[in-house]
Amino acid sequence: MTIGGVARFWREIPQRYNLIGKQCGSCGRIYFPPRESCPYCRRKSIGKMRDIKLSGKGEIVTYTVIHVAPHNFEGQVPYPIAIVQLEEGPRITAQIVDCKIEDVKIGMKVEYTFRRIQEDGYTGAIYYGYKFKPCQQKQNHQ
Amino acid sequence: MEQIGIVSYGADIPRYRIKVEEIASVWGKNGEDIKRGLGINEKSVPSLDQDTATISVEAARAALKRCNIDPKNIGAIYIGSESHPYAVKPTGTIVGEAIGATPNLMVADYEFACKAGTAAIQTCNGLVKAGMIEYGLAIGADTAQAAPGDALEYSAAAGGAAFIIGKKDVIATINHTYSYTTDTPDFWRREGRKYPAHGGRFTGAPAYFKHITNCSKNLMKIAGTKPEDYNYAIFHQPNGKFPVTAAKMLGFSYDQIKQGLLCPIIGNTYSGSSLLGLASVLDVAKPGDKIFLTSYGSGAGSDSFDITVTDKINDLSRKNAPSVAQLIENKEYINYGTYAKFRDILYWE
Ligand SMILES: [Zn+2]
Repeated sequence: MTIGGVARFWREIPQRYNLIGKQCGSCGRIYFPPRESCPYCRRKSIGKMRDIKLSGKGEIVTYTVIHVAPHNFEGQVPYPIAIVQLEEGPRITAQIVDCKIEDVKIGMKVEYTFRRIQEDGYTGAIYYGYKFKPCQQKQNHQ
Repeated sequence: MEQIGIVSYGADIPRYRIKVEEIASVWGKNGEDIKRGLGINEKSVPSLDQDTATISVEAARAALKRCNIDPKNIGAIYIGSESHPYAVKPTGTIVGEAIGATPNLMVADYEFACKAGTAAIQTCNGLVKAGMIEYGLAIGADTAQAAPGDALEYSAAAGGAAFIIGKKDVIATINHTYSYTTDTPDFWRREGRKYPAHGGRFTGAPAYFKHITNCSKNLMKIAGTKPEDYNYAIFHQPNGKFPVTAAKMLGFSYDQIKQGLLCPIIGNTYSGSSLLGLASVLDVAKPGDKIFLTSYGSGAGSDSFDITVTDKINDLSRKNAPSVAQLIENKEYINYGTYAKFRDILYWE
């Protein structure tokens, strides 16, 4: 049985598993998801975009709670989706986990965690990637 | 003498918990009787987006946060579990990629019921000793499944621990290891089946106790030690009672086992069980402490270890990742309905 969609997922493993973005070698701006060229430096940036591993630490800029989920996510409703500003600058959209919905707050410090994102039914591939959870630092203060 | 052993370690436990009374009430049983009988109060439950791969990755990343090892120097990853997410496609490939250790390394998944994780430590120990690898990563993790209404439903839990094995900056030396193996059909899961089956009362004396005690005694013979030589002892924990009884049979005190005894508060994490106990001991261990560990895997076999904590444990950044106690404290209770959804019990094709 051949399953579609696997190739695209496989190409994106570095960014999905390890938050590998791109940094422009000309102006230093960091992009996630990774870009092949810098929109500010355009031609000057071609061939100068370097891989950069982001720390996975950031802060919630804004969020919403999903009550009607797309296929594959029905079992998790209601769940928060947030725009997270990473330490290095880029903003990414991700699910917030390991946190009660009423505890999710704008400005909350979060860090990335490795989770199942979706699967192609009971027989297809399982796709893993990043979600965000409250920073463990809170726990370490005691 | 060249030291080989644990260089760093990390743990992961999903934060959802279900109480034994909650499960008991669904099946019309008395929760207090079951809690007393099993010595378990509550167990950890993975959410829909957690499995053995995600727990293994989190535990491995925690181990890497505590030390300064370049993941590219990890030459082997062995992951022990009876709940690998794929029947065919190694969990180790996912973990290797997620910690940045690929592509120059050996990877294979292990399966030996609840002792596959300690088998992974033995393999890494041997490969380091042979000089074939600089560091090896051994993981034991599970999201154990139990059929609805089965006795195992009160104990089958989720969690795991990861250990980096090497010979530089060793925090805990593995002085001796020994295994005891027989063909004993006490618990099994047939290929393609979702839930395991077990031999009921057969799981006690001829299985768990025979293997744990023989393995432990033989290791102490090899090491030339006695129970009172150890500061800590960890035995596999299928419930809260068996490890306490096994310790008593061997001459270990409750004080020696309590730091590593987690089953009463998180359930049986299968391949994660004795290894989370070891992680909990390493969270508080001091230089010179002696640790005794015996795992048990149905089928059946035991692996024993004689371990000595070194001065290097004070240089390890233990605070860089949550301790086992912190992982246990960070919890949220769910009811049986949510549990059924998370564990995919409401499954049909
Ligand atoms: Zn630029």
